[in-house]
Amino acid sequence: MSSSSSGNVGIVIVSHSSKIAEGAADMVRQMVGNAVPLAWTGGDTDGGLGTNVAGILEAIEAAWSTAGVAILVDLGGAETNSEMAVEMLAEDRRARVVVCNAPVVEGAVIAATESSGGSSLAAVKRSAEEFYA
Amino acid sequence: MSLDRAAREKLVRALAASMIEHAEELTSLDQAIGDGDHGLNMKRGFEAVLATLPGLADKSLPEMLKSIGMTLVMKVGGASGPLVGTFFMELGKGLPELPARTDLVAAAEKAIDAVKMRGRSEAGQKTLLDVLVPVQAVFAGGGDARAIAAEAAQAADRTTPMLATRGRASFLGERSIGHMDPGSRSTSLLISAAVAALEFEATS
Repeated sequence: MSSSSSGNVGIVIVSHSSKIAEGAADMVRQMVGNAVPLAWTGGDTDGGLGTNVAGILEAIEAAWSTAGVAILVDLGGAETNSEMAVEMLAEDRRARVVVCNAPVVEGAVIAATESSGGSSLAAVKRSAEEFYA
Repeated sequence: MSLDRAAREKLVRALAASMIEHAEELTSLDQAIGDGDHGLNMKRGFEAVLATLPGLADKSLPEMLKSIGMTLVMKVGGASGPLVGTFFMELGKGLPELPARTDLVAAAEKAIDAVKMRGRSEAGQKTLLDVLVPVQAVFAGGGDARAIAAEAAQAADRTTPMLATRGRASFLGERSIGHMDPGSRSTSLLISAAVAALEFEATS
């Protein structure tokens, strides 16, 4: 998990595998350096494959930006847990976090690249989702 | 229906025991058509719920159910955490402090709707909804504990020939046919444990 502060949209990567989440984050950093707040989480609470709401909430906190946070997920449980985490946020933050319907690695790189140019949360989400649409 | 502290604790222990005792069975069902962690996940979640006793049973029934739901959301992992957790949380939110059976029926209806929204799913997709929805019909129709448990078991059985179109099993397409849905099985076990502990009587 890592982060940096800026006014750009934050990116959160959620995978069932912590290695995939961390690796995807490495690829994002290679593209955009520290221009966007970035955090990742992967694995269940016992360290096995899976996702967990507490980890996702921490990642959202770590990547928080006033411009909002875009979450990239892999399989079903990652999406369901991410949506649950978003609902558990304070009301003023909830509307500024979106789960993107995009492949996790490619989506994260594209979303971060878009974010690094200062784009809005809606534009970041759209870029990630359009790439493979 | 009034549940005193002892009855609330009995309910929690019965739910947890059903998941802990059947963890291996659930995992083996999930190994056939899922990612093989369902038994372990549910066991982990309910062990975490047990760890919140005795304080958990000091709460009112609605607060206790909300607390169980929150623990499951945070501890189960996998998609079943938010799904089963949402059911408990919404059930708790929908109940008055001393619910009559009609309150329970109404709250269960809302909780099932919340599970549908959370999973963006409906009955017929080989998920826990294929147990929740038919069991709710029996419950709303006045069935006793035995009738409810019987419907839960049969409903889980009926998922075996179904084609999964939601959840991890849907990746398998037609190969999901012929295996019972693990989430339906765990839901059926939880319902059976709950109604046995609560000793529902038939209403007309």
